[in-house]
Amino acid sequence: MQSPLLDPTSELKPPSKELLPRLTTLKDKTVGLIDISKPRGKEFLDQVELQLISAGAKVVRYIKPTFARTAPVELKQQISVECDAVIQGLAD
Amino acid sequence: MSDQLSPDIRSYKLFVKKDCPTCELITSTTEAISAALGDRIKIFVQDDPSFLSHLPNTVDDSELESSYKDDITIVPTITIEGHPEVRIEGWDRVAWQKFFKEENAVPEIGVGLPNHKPGCGSKTLDAGMSEKLKLRYADPCQARKIELSDDEDDIESCFERGWTDGLPVVPPTPLRVVRMLAGTDRDPSDVIGNIPPDNSPLNIEKLAINAVMAGCKPEYMPLVIASVEAALQEKFCMHGLLCTTYFSSPVMIINGPVAKHLNINSGVNALGQGRRANATIGRTLQLIIRNIGGGVPGGIDRAVMGNPGKYTYCFAEDESQKDWPTLAEDQGYDRGKSVISLFAGEGLQPILDQQSRNPDSLSKSMANSLRAVVNTKLYGLADAILIVCPEHRRVFRQAGWKKSDLHEAISKHLLIPGTAIARGVDGIAEGMPEKLKDRTLAKFRPGGLHIVTTGGTAGMFSAIISGWVASGERGSQLVSQIL
Repeated sequence: MQSPLLDPTSELKPPSKELLPRLTTLKDKTVGLIDISKPRGKEFLDQVELQLISAGAKVVRYIKPTFARTAPVELKQQISVECDAVIQGLAD
Repeated sequence: MSDQLSPDIRSYKLFVKKDCPTCELITSTTEAISAALGDRIKIFVQDDPSFLSHLPNTVDDSELESSYKDDITIVPTITIEGHPEVRIEGWDRVAWQKFFKEENAVPEIGVGLPNHKPGCGSKTLDAGMSEKLKLRYADPCQARKIELSDDEDDIESCFERGWTDGLPVVPPTPLRVVRMLAGTDRDPSDVIGNIPPDNSPLNIEKLAINAVMAGCKPEYMPLVIASVEAALQEKFCMHGLLCTTYFSSPVMIINGPVAKHLNINSGVNALGQGRRANATIGRTLQLIIRNIGGGVPGGIDRAVMGNPGKYTYCFAEDESQKDWPTLAEDQGYDRGKSVISLFAGEGLQPILDQQSRNPDSLSKSMANSLRAVVNTKLYGLADAILIVCPEHRRVFRQAGWKKSDLHEAISKHLLIPGTAIARGVDGIAEGMPEKLKDRTLAKFRPGGLHIVTTGGTAGMFSAIISGWVASGERGSQLVSQIL
C-alpha cells in the first residue's frame, strides 16, 4: 500500500462572505472613492467622481498611503461608517 | 528506592537482542532471574523471537514498541517497570547483583562471567529507525493525510493537486516529514506567523511538509524557518510583493558559518543551478506562499512577466576577504553570526568590465550600469544590489579601497540633474516628473544600494540585482534575520 501524503496547504477554506445588498439608486447615496496611490489614479477618479455626482450621489475621496500594503484598519473602518458604497482605484 | 518500589511489588523489564554478544553472554543469568521472578520479569527480544524462547516470560518486541517507549539505547538493559529511568545498561556483575539484592529469590548472579562487558546498540538506534518509530508510536503530524491508491503516481498527484511551482516536488510522506522535523527543536505545532495573501497560519509541521516538497535536507530547517521569519517582517512587505504586477520576488543572501555548514554556494555559478541548498532553501518559501498563503500566479500574483528567481533565488556571500564587510555586517550583525537577508528583487543584469584596473574607472563603470535599474530615466524608485565579483574586488583591494569607498564613489556618480531625465527628454515620454527638474536627483534612496560579493574567481563580471519599484518605507526594504 502506498504511503499517504501530508497536506502542504493551509487546509482552511476562506469563510464565505455574502455581498451586501446592491444599491438600487445612487441618488442621495454616499459613494467613497479610494485612491491607492498609483500614478494618475487621482485624475481617473476625478472623472469617476463627476459621473457619480451627475447621477445624484455624494462623493467622499479617500487615499491609501501606499499601494504596496493593505489599507490601514482605521481607514477601512472610517469608510464602512461613512459610505453606502465604495469604489477602489486598483492596479496600474 | 521509595516504598512504591518495594521488591514484592516490583516488576522488571530486560531488553535484549540475539545479535549481541553480551546478551548471549548473560544467558545463564537471564535464565536464573527468569526462574526466580517468574512473571515479575518480562524479557523483550528486539530481533529474533526464537532467542530465549525457552523461557516463559519473553516478549516479541521486534516492532520495538516497548524499546521505543522506554527509550532503550543499549542492550542488554535491565530496568524497573514504570521506572525506566532506573536501569543498568550492559553487563556489570556488581551493579546487577546490587540491582537484585532485595530479591531474595534471585540467586547470586553472574558467577563465572566476566566482571563487565559493554552492551550493543539497541535496534531502536538502527539507521533511519528513530523517525520510523516516532511515526509509529508518537506521530507528531497533525496535517490531513491524503491516501493515494496503489496505481496513483505520487509525483503526478502533487502536480494534479496544484502543490507545485511547475517543477516536480518530493511527495511529502509522513516519514519524510518526520525526518525533516528532526532538523529543528521547534515543536511541530509552533506557529511561525500568518502567510499572505490569505493570512493563513504556518506552523513548523506545514513548513516541514513544504520543505520536503522543495527537496530540503533536515539540517536546512533552521535556515528555512529564519527565511520565513524574515519574509514576515513588516518592513519586507511580503503581501504587497506577492501582489505586484512587477517582476520582483524574495532574493535570499546568506552570511556566516551556516553557509559552509550547509554547503551553500558562494563561488563558481553561485546564482545558478547545481547546489542543493541554494536550490531548495529558496524554493521552500515560494512553495509556502503558494500552498499556505494561497498566492498563485494568475490569482493574487498578477506579475506581467515575473522572473526565474520565483522558482528559487538563494546564494551565499563570499566572505574570504576579511576586511570586506559582509551584508550582515552592513545590517549591524557580527561577522561570525549566521544571518539570512531577504531583498525584493529580480533577475540579473551583467556588468562586464575587463579593462578597468583602477578603482575610479571601475566604480564609474559600475555606476553606468546601475543607471539602467528600472529605467535609465527613473531615479529613486527601486533599490538594488550590486554584486562585486572576486576579480573586481581585487581591483579595489589593490588600490586600498574599502567597500564604503566604492559605495561613496558610485553614489556620487549616480547624481543627475532633474532636467536630464525629465519626462519627454530625449524624445522619451517616461522619466521623472516635471516638478523635480530643478533638483539634483540620486539614483537610489539613502540605504537603497546594497553591495555584496560572490562568485568564482576567474572572470571580471559583476552584476546587479534590480529591486522592486516600491522600495523603501512605502513598500519593501531589505530585511535580515539571525539564525
